[in-house]
Amino acid sequence: MDFSTILTYMYTEIALVGVIIAALLYDLIAGARGRKYFHGVMCTLMLLFIAGTVWPYQQENASIFGGMFVYAPIYSIVKSVLAIGTLLVFLLSDSWLRKPDTEFKRGEFYVLTLSTLLGMDFMVSAGHFMMFFIGLELASVPMSCLVAFDKYKHNSAEAGAKYILSALFASGLMLYGISFFYGTTGTLYFEDMVPMINGSALQILAMVFFFTGLGFKISLVPFHLWTADTYEGAPTPVTSYLSVVSKAAAAFALMVVLIKVFAPMVEYWQTLLYIVIVLSITVANLFAIRQKNLKRFLAFSSISQAGYIMLAVISGTPYGMTSLVYYVLVYMVANLAAFGVITAVEQNSDGKVNMEDYNGLYKTNPKLAIVMMLAIFSLAGIPPFAGFFSKFFIFAAAFEQGFHVLVFIALLNTIISLYYYMLVIKAMFITPNDSPIATFRSDNSTRLSLLLCLAGILILGLASSVFDGINLYAFGM
Amino acid sequence: MEYTILILLLPFLSFLLIGLLDSRLKPGAAGTFGTVVTGIVAALSYWTAFSYFGGGRNAEGLFPTMIPWNAEWLPFGGNLHIDLGILLDPISVMMLVVISTVSFMVHIYSFGYMKGERGFQRYYAFLSLFTMSMLGLVVATNIFQMYIFWELVGVSSYLLIGFYYTKKEAIAASKKAFIVTRFADLGFLIGILIYGFYTGSFSFTPDSAVIGSAKVFLPIALGLMFIGGAGKSAMFPLHIWLPDAMEGPTPVSALIHAATMVVAGVYLVARMFPLFIGYAPEVLHITAYVGAFTALYAAVVACVQSDIKRVLAFSTISQIGFMIVSLGVCTSADPHEGGLGYMASMFHLFTHAMFKALLFLGAGCIIHAVHSNEMSAMGGLRKYMPVTHITFLVACLAIAGIWPLSGFFSKDEILAACFGFSPVMGWVMTFIAGLTAFYMFRLYYCIFWGKENKELHAEHTPHEAPLTMTIPLIFLAVVTLFAGWIPFGEFVSSNGQAYHIHIDWAVAATSLCVAAAGIAIATWMYLREDRKVADGLAAKFSGLHKAAYHRFYIDEIYQFVTHRIIFACISTPIAWFDRHVVDGFMNMLAWLSNQCSWLIKGMQSGNVQKYGIWFLGGALGLTVILLLI
Repeated sequence: MDFSTILTYMYTEIALVGVIIAALLYDLIAGARGRKYFHGVMCTLMLLFIAGTVWPYQQENASIFGGMFVYAPIYSIVKSVLAIGTLLVFLLSDSWLRKPDTEFKRGEFYVLTLSTLLGMDFMVSAGHFMMFFIGLELASVPMSCLVAFDKYKHNSAEAGAKYILSALFASGLMLYGISFFYGTTGTLYFEDMVPMINGSALQILAMVFFFTGLGFKISLVPFHLWTADTYEGAPTPVTSYLSVVSKAAAAFALMVVLIKVFAPMVEYWQTLLYIVIVLSITVANLFAIRQKNLKRFLAFSSISQAGYIMLAVISGTPYGMTSLVYYVLVYMVANLAAFGVITAVEQNSDGKVNMEDYNGLYKTNPKLAIVMMLAIFSLAGIPPFAGFFSKFFIFAAAFEQGFHVLVFIALLNTIISLYYYMLVIKAMFITPNDSPIATFRSDNSTRLSLLLCLAGILILGLASSVFDGINLYAFGM
Repeated sequence: MEYTILILLLPFLSFLLIGLLDSRLKPGAAGTFGTVVTGIVAALSYWTAFSYFGGGRNAEGLFPTMIPWNAEWLPFGGNLHIDLGILLDPISVMMLVVISTVSFMVHIYSFGYMKGERGFQRYYAFLSLFTMSMLGLVVATNIFQMYIFWELVGVSSYLLIGFYYTKKEAIAASKKAFIVTRFADLGFLIGILIYGFYTGSFSFTPDSAVIGSAKVFLPIALGLMFIGGAGKSAMFPLHIWLPDAMEGPTPVSALIHAATMVVAGVYLVARMFPLFIGYAPEVLHITAYVGAFTALYAAVVACVQSDIKRVLAFSTISQIGFMIVSLGVCTSADPHEGGLGYMASMFHLFTHAMFKALLFLGAGCIIHAVHSNEMSAMGGLRKYMPVTHITFLVACLAIAGIWPLSGFFSKDEILAACFGFSPVMGWVMTFIAGLTAFYMFRLYYCIFWGKENKELHAEHTPHEAPLTMTIPLIFLAVVTLFAGWIPFGEFVSSNGQAYHIHIDWAVAATSLCVAAAGIAIATWMYLREDRKVADGLAAKFSGLHKAAYHRFYIDEIYQFVTHRIIFACISTPIAWFDRHVVDGFMNMLAWLSNQCSWLIKGMQSGNVQKYGIWFLGGALGLTVILLLI
């Protein structure tokens, strides 16, 4: 194996490392004037990175480094989706990064975020549990720094502490589970493990423990308790990153491992997911009904969305994988649009994030209110927005595999979710308010990210070529 | 011919632009933009027609069917997929010309007619939307695309009928139009689904091997599709929305409710014609009877209406009846052997679109001048409005079927086709043609001759319309004068081969005599200032007159059926059940959800140690469950 082979299959990661190094160097070298363009430079770099890696170059599966790192076209698509999400987060974070108390550590934000992205890429491509674990940690540790980015703010610091403690706990449990697997199979290579997996009691325990580690990242009930506190305390752009990119990466990785490694235990993990899905969707919905703070509200909404995402995973088919990637893409644009609006409002109104604050937003900021409305329609799955189609596909994927009751429960829950999603719209459009948030003009970077998200919400559902395009590669899994 | 996609894209962009900018655009700018775009679309359509028909026939003597642009939108597996694309064949190209011409004229005309109206920009945005949808409907490559645009057309019609949304009647009319056509469209949709299920595709030309297996379901599907067509084309008894739709601005009536949208049903039958004739000729003949009855009914009602737009509306219904009859009497695909009606129907569609648009636009000028739709406000207008008068007369002569105007040629072919089917049908349709001549000239005399409403005219002297309104009139009048000489059969015929039109002088002479008789009776009754004969007849047959004036109480029957039977006996109990049982159950669920959310509130304590316990407890609990199962 020479360098050219590595470059052939690992080009995404290598390019990403290049971007990280560039960010580090720019942060070091650039003077006061150069820093003004930092944001533009980073967004351009990300754009180039995405443009260069968005479609898979190699059409066949391959593994390098003795099976540690696996390449498949669908992984490449997944990584592109994650990178696009990261770019959107970058775009909407500028107004926050421009504040005097974050401006000087702007470079750290980019480097930390991109490091987590790198970790996620490795996690998705892992062919060995050690690799997987390192990827996961690389995605977790910088994340806690990001959560505590506004470290002088009590909320942010508390959120960071809660996140890192929960993450440690989850990692510990996961490692414990992996060690059981090593004990029972004698190897940690995915391929070598499969014949040794037999569903013994110890392996079931190990699988559940392994699952908790990812369940924590995806924030599935009952491993979700950190979510609301962390989402609320973390700076809003970081929350948005946590709620889409981080969650999506873990969901992909979970699906890959379940299909590739735990195929012999399919009944067990399907039961496990069944319970977790019902719990996640229902419990999160029940909590979401009562939330007053929009960030907490979206935290619970994202937990219930995670439950829906798992519907695609439970099917365990290539079609499920396509639905998963598609769902995540659609969920990403909708959720980032919602968070984009929240960030814009928060930055321009001295940190208002409560539902009441949004009363009468349509009167003063009609465009933002409409973006928020469309994002929420898409999240709630109302046709003809993209969210409807993505929900349809995951329901179809699960239904095809015979999970009829489960799909029915999920459908019932969409009705409950409709109720609380509509609360936000009611606040913005109907509830009168004597002192609504004043009219403001958000910065161009935020506008651009909202515009991109909006295009996604409107177009992704109707352009069937997107789903078909993903589907083309999913069969290569 | 990839540029044909622009024919759809341009009006759509114009709709988006005018619609989104709305009042930020000056009215004049919005109107100009919309008109220029439609003008370009018209030019493109002409160019398409020119190069399509100019391209010549292929070896089999047909104009080739072309799909210059196509995208597979929703694949369902197998042959079943929904495409969005553009299909060019003789009838779709002909429709492109008709729609873009009338639309362009209406765009120009509206400058004068809608001047100073509130929502001028909105009006033009909706016109663009309508133009786009209607063009999309005719160039649809498959039945499902047709359905999509079919609904879009319905929506834009709804928006335009309800344009004066502060007016109660307009709102009621728009709702009525939407609900009635939507109800009919349900039949269309079910028909499409049955069709798709049994033939395995949404294509207009499915595999003939597959069709055999559809057996009885293909006629059923086609019949259901015809119900959709009957709704849009205002066939009895689904015609009730069209007279009310006259509440919309008059140019809209000209464009949508006379020339283009209402013939969508005819177009649908023509589009499915090979299937109708090949597999469901009985269904086709049923449509002929429906069409004939509608034509007769609407012609009788039109004889006694006093609102000029209503007269025209009923006349439209009647004329569409002619087109449907003409398609329905076809017995084979060969124009020499009983397939003449297809060509006649399309020809009449073409000529009717022109002269009926002309009539409506003329009516618009009159309404513009006297500020009323009622005949009582008119009379003797010929001296005030010479251009309108002459062009209106041309259109009346055309619709009455007088040689050498366009209506004569197309109507003659229709009557010939009807006589070919059965003599009864032929005579009935000839009689209706006579009625048509009568009521159109009644309308003409009541507007331009007869007793002048001097008080009203003294108060507000009628005046000729501005140039923006008269130019479209003149243009359409010229088309009406000469369109009959187009060798239509050379372009469109039931089997695609060139068909040389020859006038059947026996039929033509009969119909000319009948038309002349109709005109003569109308002249005798309505030309003079006093209308002794007319009033005497109305008094003598007051029962019949009243019934016809009230459109034979069809609307009242609908009211009775919907309100007294459906609403009172079915909807009210269901509503009660819904309120108390279904909602009650849902409220209970909501209450339960609320209670549960209070119960589990403690889980989210904010205490990270407790989170750890939940975490570990959850993991162990799940393991236990998995081990037990």
